[in-house]
Amino acid sequence: MASHTGRLTPAVRVQSLHRSFNEAGGVLNGLDLDIAPGEFVALLGRSGSGKSTLLRALAGLDRGVAGTGRIEVPDKVSVVFQDSRLLPWKRVLDNVTLGLRSGDASDRGRQALDEVGLAGRERAWPHELSGGEQQRASLARSLVRDPQLILADEPFGALDALTRIRMHTLLRRLCEVHQPAVLLVTHDVDEAIVLADRVIVLDGGVVRHDARVELDGRRSQADPAFARLRARLLTELGVEDDHDAAAPSHVERAAS
Amino acid sequence: MTTLAGNLTAAARPLAEAEDVRPIRRRLGPGEPIRFGGLVGIVALLALWVVGSATGLLDPRTLTEPWTVLQTAGTLVENGRLQESLLTSGVRAALGLGLGVLVGTVLAVVSGLSRIGESLIDGPIQVKRSIPTLALIPLLILWLGIGEPMKVITIALAVFVPIYIHTHNGLRTIEGRYAELAETLGVTRGEFVRHVVLPGAMPGFLLGLRFAVTSSLLALVVVEVINATSGIGHMITLASNYGQTDIIVVGLVVYALLGVTADAVVRLIERKALSWRRTLAG
Repeated sequence: MASHTGRLTPAVRVQSLHRSFNEAGGVLNGLDLDIAPGEFVALLGRSGSGKSTLLRALAGLDRGVAGTGRIEVPDKVSVVFQDSRLLPWKRVLDNVTLGLRSGDASDRGRQALDEVGLAGRERAWPHELSGGEQQRASLARSLVRDPQLILADEPFGALDALTRIRMHTLLRRLCEVHQPAVLLVTHDVDEAIVLADRVIVLDGGVVRHDARVELDGRRSQADPAFARLRARLLTELGVEDDHDAAAPSHVERAAS
Repeated sequence: MTTLAGNLTAAARPLAEAEDVRPIRRRLGPGEPIRFGGLVGIVALLALWVVGSATGLLDPRTLTEPWTVLQTAGTLVENGRLQESLLTSGVRAALGLGLGVLVGTVLAVVSGLSRIGESLIDGPIQVKRSIPTLALIPLLILWLGIGEPMKVITIALAVFVPIYIHTHNGLRTIEGRYAELAETLGVTRGEFVRHVVLPGAMPGFLLGLRFAVTSSLLALVVVEVINATSGIGHMITLASNYGQTDIIVVGLVVYALLGVTADAVVRLIERKALSWRRTLAG
């Protein structure tokens, strides 16, 4: 998939995208965005900055919303929602393979569940899983479709802090294996820096800041470069960050 | 409060084995459930009947003695009248129930999935709902006569309304986010109906089914008492003419058993079909 021609044509191309829900003003005001194949982009922004509107536009879920512009996305797009959105009346495996028509759907579903660490839970009901496990199952449901683009809307927002760290590790590993382009909406600056190749800050319906994350493999909050990027992004988001500038390193030491 | 403080200030004495000291609040809720609690009231009522009859407080002309009722039931079984009536009534109720459930479900799905369907179907059913089905019987007799079709259709008319209302409601309360999910997974409309709509509406449908079973028995009693030549209701009406209280009571017991059995069957179906929910209740 990451062929040379693939590198040249972006996986996602958005040109002068406008979306508005009422006459008063647009939520997206001429947004431009390219995402390369296999690139992991995190999308930050305050509430109302248009993050979710952009994501829903890319997912094709914004029927009936007024707007103009051009969106090009790959054929195979998977969406990961904030809630795992597993059908409560289907067992985990049936949830993962929902809508797959190939004969080996069940085998592929099992394999995907194995990949997210849920082997053996195929026959469980969604309610029997913990929040983190439900979100793993929903990742498996996305991956089993072999997506060229994953759109994730605050997928770990509802999880507790420890589970979230484990999910970060899992997601990074899965992305290394499958190489999909990813657009991750989050309000967590640390999450964005830990996961993404590129962090975009959205404000007033346009891209306000576009930063490549130039940190090597193991991204530690103790790294001064991490802290600098974090401070810069927080400034772009309009947050004065002084109270916990030192705190993260303490937490880091305590955790390790 | 003073005793608690006293305990705290007292010098810590060694803890005896299996000692259990803890503050206890007075219970305000109803407390632990009683085992087989549901049967207690029924047994008490039966006991009252037996005692009343045995002491002569209950006149046999008002309410036959329980042992006479058992005897009469035995006789009715022996000469085959009870089985025959039960079969006739059972088939009537089952046909009406089946027809009503089918029609109610189909209408609910059509009306729940398409706006045009809803516009056409929902209004008339809401109007039908406000007319008691039993009030339609005179018209149904003129149209269909007093034979079996009239009886089955009366029962079906009483049944399809609760099925429609609850299934439609179940459909409408399936969360929009599941439809959204199905859209992102690229499923067809048929798959959507099979995997999302029908299972999602199942709790509503089964609730409707429980109401429908009750409605069907009510309609059964009415159509059988009004003008039937067979069935439990006919047996009761005849007995009423001859003042045979014992046969009336046997008929009533059979109706009760029919109702309880049907309800138990629906609950069993509920347990099987909604096992994904039962895990929630624990």
